[in-house]
Amino acid sequence: MLDLFDKYAIFGAFWMTIKLTIFSAIGALVIGTVLAVMRVSPIAVLRRLGTFYVNTVRNTPLTLILVFCSLGVLYILQVNLADPKSPTSIVDNNIRWAIVGLSVYHAAFVCEALRSGVNTVPVGQAEAARSIGLTFTQSLREVILPQAFRGSIAPLGSVLIALTKNTTVASVIGVAEASLLMSEIIENETASLGVFLIFAMGFVILTLPVGMLFTTLSRRLAVKR
Amino acid sequence: MSAQNVLFDAPGPRARRRHAILTVVGFVLAAGGVALVLWKFAAQGQLEPSMWTSLFTADVWTAYLIPGLINTLKASAISIVLAIAFGLVFGLGRLSQVRAVRWVCGVVVEFFRSVPVLLMMYFSYRYYSNNGVFTNELNPLAAVVTGLTLYNGSVIAELVRSGVFGLPKGQAEAGLSIGLTEGQTLRSIQLPQALTAMLPALVGQLVVILKDSALGTAVLYPELLQAAKDIGTAYSNTIAAYVFVAVIFILLNYGLTVLAGRVERRLNRRGRGPRKGGQTTGVVGAGTVEAPIDDIGRKGLYTGDANNR
Repeated sequence: MLDLFDKYAIFGAFWMTIKLTIFSAIGALVIGTVLAVMRVSPIAVLRRLGTFYVNTVRNTPLTLILVFCSLGVLYILQVNLADPKSPTSIVDNNIRWAIVGLSVYHAAFVCEALRSGVNTVPVGQAEAARSIGLTFTQSLREVILPQAFRGSIAPLGSVLIALTKNTTVASVIGVAEASLLMSEIIENETASLGVFLIFAMGFVILTLPVGMLFTTLSRRLAVKR
Repeated sequence: MSAQNVLFDAPGPRARRRHAILTVVGFVLAAGGVALVLWKFAAQGQLEPSMWTSLFTADVWTAYLIPGLINTLKASAISIVLAIAFGLVFGLGRLSQVRAVRWVCGVVVEFFRSVPVLLMMYFSYRYYSNNGVFTNELNPLAAVVTGLTLYNGSVIAELVRSGVFGLPKGQAEAGLSIGLTEGQTLRSIQLPQALTAMLPALVGQLVVILKDSALGTAVLYPELLQAAKDIGTAYSNTIAAYVFVAVIFILLNYGLTVLAGRVERRLNRRGRGPRKGGQTTGVVGAGTVEAPIDDIGRKGLYTGDANNR
């Protein structure tokens, strides 16, 4: 079983999983925050746009989004994210489009996580802020958002864990991450439970600390009420 | 919309002007986005009417869309039934009086919740076909159902557990005080209430199953996404086919989401919905994101528009 580690770049594949996770997490956080602000803003059009985005993306299978990015946007609409002349352009394009797809998909969940954080703030806090004469920006900055971020740590952790596991879907468009390598190994060697357990444990190791970290953080930073 | 005013004061003249400007900006953004997509489509000839009208010929429906949709629904239906059975067994196992049972069930549930569904599908597909567990035709379906059942079953197990924990303590105490054993209390008093309370989350889980069934395309299961790919190859209208199938998925899932909301409101009206404060706190393991989030802070500050609650 151990010779598999010599024969195949298992750690390399997991490194790709980690890279996909980190870059997509950053992308999803940026898009998701913008969406969350849109969804709580006083402008009806922006609110509707945010809602439309979340409802659409949340109900679309991630597989469909990634396959569309690759087959549709990259190959048919010819939108390249890498220099088409470079020798690694196919690989780079797939990786980058996978990151874009993962970001776009998880942004909807980040938005909902942040919004649920805003929902943990009791109404009285906003009323109190207004009654002592804070403006909208001030009350948001000094009273609402600090509590909201602390309230959304746990759901954000759930999104990050889901994202880590969902990077496997990138294998469908040929990104060489852990699950693609596993399917290669069980095709070439044997479909033994051991191979599955190696990869499964890899994901447990990746997600377990994240879960514990975010649980601790959310407990420690929770607003005592 | 009136609840909106908790966060914002009634706008004065300057704020109204600012809002008007931002409204225009919003419209421009939306229109710009749509225009960009249409322009890109047109540049590659994807707006040709024939690309889209071919989707509405009888052949496309009988040969691709309807079989694909049936396969997607079939895999989802089998998975949800098996997942509920799995979830009940392991959810109750985690509440068992015997420490060993509790521990084993806990490990199983946590393990399958943190392993990607696709990994389970790849493995079980290869395993089934190498060992001839099912017929060749059944292998892809079996692999999809295996992956979906193990993952969603674990999530449902957690729902069962948190549903029981969410009940007021008095329920169990009342059961014990009239002389029922721990097991009887769980079965006849706590579980029925917990199951009713978790109904909305269960419907929400159906959305997850329906979406994840699209992973079946990776193990050659001829479901709806695969149908889109095949249509794209046969009629060279990949973009149109994917967009259309996406719309089908969105409508199905949105319908289920609305249904979940209805069920929840109905339960709440009858005072039997999920109880506040009883949900497990902390990060929801590897679980889905939808269900836990909607349960957090139901009585908290309310901002978005009313349609989405």
